[in-house]
Amino acid sequence: MPTLLQVDNISVAFDGFKAINGLSFDIGHAELRAIIGPNGAGKTTFMDIVTGKTRPDTGDVRWGAKNTSLIRKSESKIAQLGIGRKFQKPTTFEAQTVYENLLMALANNRSPFAVLRYKKSPKDETKIAEIAGLIKLKGNLNHIAGALSHGQKQWLEIGMLLAQDPQLLLVDEPAAGMTASERAVTVTLLKDLAKTRSIVVVEHDMEFIRQLGCRVTVLHEGAVLAEGSLDFVTKRQDVIDVYLGR
Amino acid sequence: MGQSIKQNTGRSLDQTIFTKFLFRNPSIVIFLAALGLFTFGVTILGEGVGLGLISTSFVKTLGKTLCLCIIAIAMDLVWGYCGILSLGHFAFFGLGGYMIGMWLMFARTKLIVIESAHNAVLPPTPGEISDAVGAQIFGVVGGADIPLIWSFADLLWVQLIMVVLVPGLLAFLFGWLAFRSRVNGVYLSILTQAMTLALSLYLFQNESGLRGNNGLSGLQYLPGLEDVPQAIVSIWFFLGSAFALALSFIGAMFFVKGKLGNIIQGIRDNEARVRFLGYNVEGYKLFVFTVTAIMAAIAGALYYPQAGIINPAELAPIASIYLAVWVAIGGRGRIYGAVIGAAFVSLVSSYFTGGQASDVSLGFGVFRWTEWWLVLLGFSFVAVTLYAPNGIGGLFDRFNRSGDA
Repeated sequence: MPTLLQVDNISVAFDGFKAINGLSFDIGHAELRAIIGPNGAGKTTFMDIVTGKTRPDTGDVRWGAKNTSLIRKSESKIAQLGIGRKFQKPTTFEAQTVYENLLMALANNRSPFAVLRYKKSPKDETKIAEIAGLIKLKGNLNHIAGALSHGQKQWLEIGMLLAQDPQLLLVDEPAAGMTASERAVTVTLLKDLAKTRSIVVVEHDMEFIRQLGCRVTVLHEGAVLAEGSLDFVTKRQDVIDVYLGR
Repeated sequence: MGQSIKQNTGRSLDQTIFTKFLFRNPSIVIFLAALGLFTFGVTILGEGVGLGLISTSFVKTLGKTLCLCIIAIAMDLVWGYCGILSLGHFAFFGLGGYMIGMWLMFARTKLIVIESAHNAVLPPTPGEISDAVGAQIFGVVGGADIPLIWSFADLLWVQLIMVVLVPGLLAFLFGWLAFRSRVNGVYLSILTQAMTLALSLYLFQNESGLRGNNGLSGLQYLPGLEDVPQAIVSIWFFLGSAFALALSFIGAMFFVKGKLGNIIQGIRDNEARVRFLGYNVEGYKLFVFTVTAIMAAIAGALYYPQAGIINPAELAPIASIYLAVWVAIGGRGRIYGAVIGAAFVSLVSSYFTGGQASDVSLGFGVFRWTEWWLVLLGFSFVAVTLYAPNGIGGLFDRFNRSGDA
């Protein structure tokens, strides 16, 4: 499997605290991967580095067929290259409608001048309708995003990622605060999406990860502790020790 | 032939888009109708061409108020929509005024010098004219040389370009430095205050070449049009200001009602999300900051010929804070709210501070409006922030479900 994202031996320290310590991580095309680890293991910092929010002290992050280094690129550039990110808390534009949220995310020219001259095209309308169907918000297109339920907001944010048309989705705790049925829908959604693109899911909920049925990477103290199927990693003594705080 | 048909359909298509835009935003139609009615009424009642029921000085006050409405729209765009609390936009307003003031003062002084030399035996050389103009304008700051920045003050078109260019460049440079370093929130507000304070202090110096604390004066007289009475000139400027306000309103609505409006409101509500969607947030902020600075500058260029005088105190930090107060009271995030706030607060302010309001005797003392007005304004700002965060404009939301028009 060709690599899509290659994280090579990165380290970053905040005020002397090593949040990431020699972490290496690869993900291939159309792969679904879960990252687990106790609090402070560096899961969010890892996402911050890949998406350009935090710059690592050492190491490199390489992307795509051309092996582009992402280290010195801005968040917006990295997003344009095809990496989408979903935050832990659902972050949508609550004062705007579902339609406007999706329209903003659509992969069109992002310069202010192009945006100023933007006119709606039938192609964009179709795309928005299609995504709204996928995330089960077809009937809510003209509703204000702030009025949606917590679970619907999570879906809307996933929908916004899809509208961006990324090759890699980094998804931080998508099932947090969801009901059992919403969770089931989310699992199906993520599995479907992983057929055409790569997805990295950070999650605490073991049951959710079991439903995803994918390869799991365990982070601990800023480095990879174990990698493999969920059953494999949860049987390892070092992983159990970390989770029990020994 | 085929091409001309295509062009025609293109034009009619544009027209329908514009009509649709108006149809979808009835507040534009209402606003334009109200502004038109107001403008018509003032023109009819003014001294210049009408019945003379409104004094020329009041026509000027109204014209100036329209200019303040324009800068309030700019403030609403940058703060109410994009979330950048700039407390420095009056710097751009003042700079715009200075740029047009330079031409007004220079060209008029030059005409006076030439006029007075009319009866001389020998016609004055260009050097003599320039010396005399220099002495006239800069004598007050103890100089006679014309500073370099006045090199093109004789040419109206150059100064008109400078109205846009100088404040625009300042805003661009300032914004580029500030946004690139991701300066946000209250820190950015403080920086903008520092900018307008620094500019004001600089202009206070005689060495700035803009007549120090004297500022530029006599701006109400248009060079070469001395014979036209002020009553007429005031109407011209009033109408010009009304036209500029109408354009600003339509432009601002176009700005915020399209996709760009979605994005800048997104930046206001959640900057990081916009960034991770792939938009260059700093670029957008810089764009909005610069465009609104230019709007402010144009408003200033229309304002000061009606005020007649500009001096560095106009760029004092407090002016930009008042601007934020107007927009907050009017209702930010609504273009018409900014207009209502600026018009209402500035007119009421000039009424109470102008001494027209009679003092209230309280038995134990006298309540003087001129002294207490600012205190009341401060209280009303606090009250609006606490109890009516949507301002006066928020009252209209009940009639208008879409709310943010």
